Amino acid sequence: MIYREAGQFKSTYASDQAIFPIVQDRWIALVGLAAAFGVPLVATEYWLQAVLIPFLVYALAALGLNLLTGYAGQLSLGTGGFMAVGAYSAFKLTTAFPFLPIIGVFLLAGLAAALVGLLFGIPSLRIKGFYLAVATLASQFFLVWLFNKVAWFTNYASSGTITAPPRTVLGVMVTGPEARAGVRYVVALALVLVFALIAKNLVRGRVGRGWMAIRDRDIAAEIIGIRPLRTKLLAFSVSSFYCGVAGAALVFLYYGSAETLAFDINLSFLVLFMVIIGGLGSILGSFLGAAFIVLVPIFLTNMPEVLGLGLPVALQKQLELMVFGGLIVFFLIVEPHGLARLWQIAKEKLRLWPFPH
Amino acid sequence: MTVKRLLIGVLAAAVIAGPTAWTVSAQPKEIFIPLLVYRTGPYAPSGVPIANGFVDYFTLLNERDGGINGVKIAWEECETQYATDKGVECYEKLKGKAAGAALVNPYSTGITYQLIPKAAVDKVPVFSMGYGMTASADGRWFPWVFNFPTTYWSQASAVIRYIGQKEGGLDQLKGKKIVHIFHNSPYGKEANPTLEELARKYGFELTLLAVDHPGQEQKSTWLQVRRLNPNWIFMSGWGVMNQVAIKEAASINYPMDHFIGNWWSSSDADVVPTGDGAKGYIGATFHAPGAGFKIHQEIFKHVYDKGKGAGEKGRVGEVLYNRGIVNAMFSAEAIRTAMTKFGNKPLTGEQVRWGFENLNLTEQRLDQLGMKGFTHPVKVTCEDHEGAGPVMFEQWDGKKWVLVSDWIPTMKDIVRPKLEVAAVEEGKKLGYTMRDCSKEK
Repeated sequence: MIYREAGQFKSTYASDQAIFPIVQDRWIALVGLAAAFGVPLVATEYWLQAVLIPFLVYALAALGLNLLTGYAGQLSLGTGGFMAVGAYSAFKLTTAFPFLPIIGVFLLAGLAAALVGLLFGIPSLRIKGFYLAVATLASQFFLVWLFNKVAWFTNYASSGTITAPPRTVLGVMVTGPEARAGVRYVVALALVLVFALIAKNLVRGRVGRGWMAIRDRDIAAEIIGIRPLRTKLLAFSVSSFYCGVAGAALVFLYYGSAETLAFDINLSFLVLFMVIIGGLGSILGSFLGAAFIVLVPIFLTNMPEVLGLGLPVALQKQLELMVFGGLIVFFLIVEPHGLARLWQIAKEKLRLWPFPH
Repeated sequence: MTVKRLLIGVLAAAVIAGPTAWTVSAQPKEIFIPLLVYRTGPYAPSGVPIANGFVDYFTLLNERDGGINGVKIAWEECETQYATDKGVECYEKLKGKAAGAALVNPYSTGITYQLIPKAAVDKVPVFSMGYGMTASADGRWFPWVFNFPTTYWSQASAVIRYIGQKEGGLDQLKGKKIVHIFHNSPYGKEANPTLEELARKYGFELTLLAVDHPGQEQKSTWLQVRRLNPNWIFMSGWGVMNQVAIKEAASINYPMDHFIGNWWSSSDADVVPTGDGAKGYIGATFHAPGAGFKIHQEIFKHVYDKGKGAGEKGRVGEVLYNRGIVNAMFSAEAIRTAMTKFGNKPLTGEQVRWGFENLNLTEQRLDQLGMKGFTHPVKVTCEDHEGAGPVMFEQWDGKKWVLVSDWIPTMKDIVRPKLEVAAVEEGKKLGYTMRDCSKEK
C-alpha cells in the first residue's frame, strides 16, 4: 500500500536507469543518508569507535571482495594481504611525504594495492575456483611475512608496529590520537559512500557485465568477445584497490596503530564470510554482511548484561560464539543467496502488501 | 515458518538495536577498574590465572578492608580473547563507566600499543606491568603510561647478567653462543635491540630466531638450534609457542638448565605438557612463585573460605596467578598513594596518574601487605616509569617452580640511554612533546 510503484512512470532513460528507480526508495535512501551523517551528533564515542567505524571499514573491504568474488567469480583469500599493502603503503607515503593530503594518501595506497593485486591476479588466468583460492592464499601469507620481515616498511620501528601520524583535512584532525571519533567516522562514511557509488556504477556498466559474463561461463564470455585477461586482471586490481583503501582506513581511521597480526588470514576469512553471508554479487549485500559480522557479536556480548543476567565473561563469550555460529548456519540454510536476497524478498512482499495474491 | 520469521525479526532487531546503553553496575561512590581479560580463546590457559589473581586480590581488599581506605573497588571484566580489536572495544565500553576508569591494564602488548595514544586523550593511566612499549618508560614523553617494575629491555640485560654469573663473570661471555627465540610480533622483537647491544659489548655470538604466530610449528627453528649448538637459549614466547619450544628442546636433549624463558614464557601451563623433560627449565620473573606467602593465607581466609574465590583453590600460587596479584597490588597501591593527596573518594584517572607517578613501595610497605620477599620495592618518578627493578630466576623442578637466584640487577646504564632515544622517536610519532619534570610536583 505504502510501498507501491503504481503511477510512477519513467519517461526518460535516465530515470529508468536510476540506482533507486522507485520514489519511496529514494526517500529511504535520502533519509538514511541524512541519518548517517547526523549520527556523530548523537552517538557516544563507544558507538562510533567500536561499532560504526569498524562497520564502515569492513563494509569497504567487503565491497572490494564482492567485486572480485561476487561479480567476477574469482575466489580470493588474499584480502588481508591486500589490505596490509594499503595500510603499509599509506603509512610509508604519509611519513615520507607529510605534506600529501591524507585522502590522497589513501587513494595512492589503494593504487599500490591495485598493482600488487594485479600481480597476484595473474594466476587466475590459468586456475579457477578453489585452486585459485589457494593461489591467493599464497599472497596473503607472503605479503604479511614481507611486512613483518622487512623493517623498512615500518620505518625501522623496533616494535614493528605502524602508527597513524596526526594528519588534517581542511584543518580538522582526521587521524592520530587527537582525531575525534566523529570526524573519523564522517571521513570513513564519505569514503565508503563514494566507493559504493563507483562500485554500483561499475557493476551495471560494461565492465561489470564483462565480470559477470566471465563469472557465469568464461568460455562463452570469451566467444562473445570478452577478453579474459583484461577482465580478470581488472577485477583483481579494482578489488585490491578497494581493499587497499579499506586497509589504510583500518589503521588510520579505526585502530590508530597496527602490527602485521591485524592482517592475518583471519581477516581474509572474515571479509569472505561477510560477502557470503551478505550476498555474493550484491552491493547492498556487502553492507549487510559487514553489519552482520561486526554488530551481531557485539550485540550478543552485551545482551545478557542488558537483560540483567550477570553471566561470567567466559561463559558469555562462549555463548556468543555458539549463537553466532548457529545464526550463520541458519541464514545460509534459509537463504543461501545471503541477506541481500532476503531484503529483496521482503521488498517484493512489501509491494503487494496488504493484498498479496 | 513462524520460528524462522521470529528469528529473522530478532536478528533484524539485533542489527538495528545493536549495542544499547549499558546498565551501570558500579555506584559512583566506588572506584571503578576495568579488567580486560582473556578467559577464552587460544591464550586462555595464561589468561585465566592472571584474571583470577586480579579479581581475588580486589575481593580480598573489599572483604577485609572494605576497599582501599574505605572506598570500595568495583570492577568489570571484559573478554578480549587477547585480540587487539576486541581489547579496544572493551576499553571504549568501560572507560566511561561509573565514576570513570581509574586505570586500565591492557594485558596484551598489542592492546597496549592501541591504548597508549587513546588513554592520554581520555586521561586514563595505562598500567602495562612488565610488557607493552618499552620506550614508554620515559615518563617525560609518556606521562600516562607506566610499565614498572621492569621492562623487556631491562629483563634481557638481567638475563645476560645471570648467564654471565653462571659462566663465571660477564667477561667469560666472549665467544659464547646465545640464541634468542622470539615470537615474531612487536612483543617478541622487543628484546632484540638490547641483546644486540649487549652482544657487541660482551662479545658473545647472538643468533635471533623468529617463530611466527602462533608457534605450533618450530621444527626448522630447532633444526637451526641443533646445528648451532648454542651455550644458552633465551626465549620470548607466548601461548602455545612456549610449550612447543620446551617440548622441542627436550626432544633434541638440549640441557634445560641452559634454556631461559622470559616472564611470559615460564608459567605452569608452559612446562607441564612436557612432563619430566622440562625439568631444569629456567624462567625470569619479578615475583616469587608458590602460595607460601602471607598474602596467600589472607586470600584463602577472606576469599576462598567464604566461597568468593574466582578460580579453583588449588591453582592459587601459580606463576601467572601471582602475577595477577602483583598487578592488582600495584594498582591498588597507586590508588592509595593518590588518595593521600586527593582524599578518600573515588578518583579520576588524572588523580590516579599522580598516584602512579608518586608511588613509592618500600620494603616495609610490602611487609605490611604480606608480600615480604614476594616482590621487590618499586619507586616511580616523573622521569622513570619503569623503576628498572631487578629480576629473579626460577626453575621448574618437575612439580613446581623454585627460585634459584637472588634479585639480579638490570643494566640500567646500558638500557636507559637507548630507552630515552626510543622514547623521543615513539613520542614524536604521536606528535608528543617532552614535559619538564622539574615543574611537576
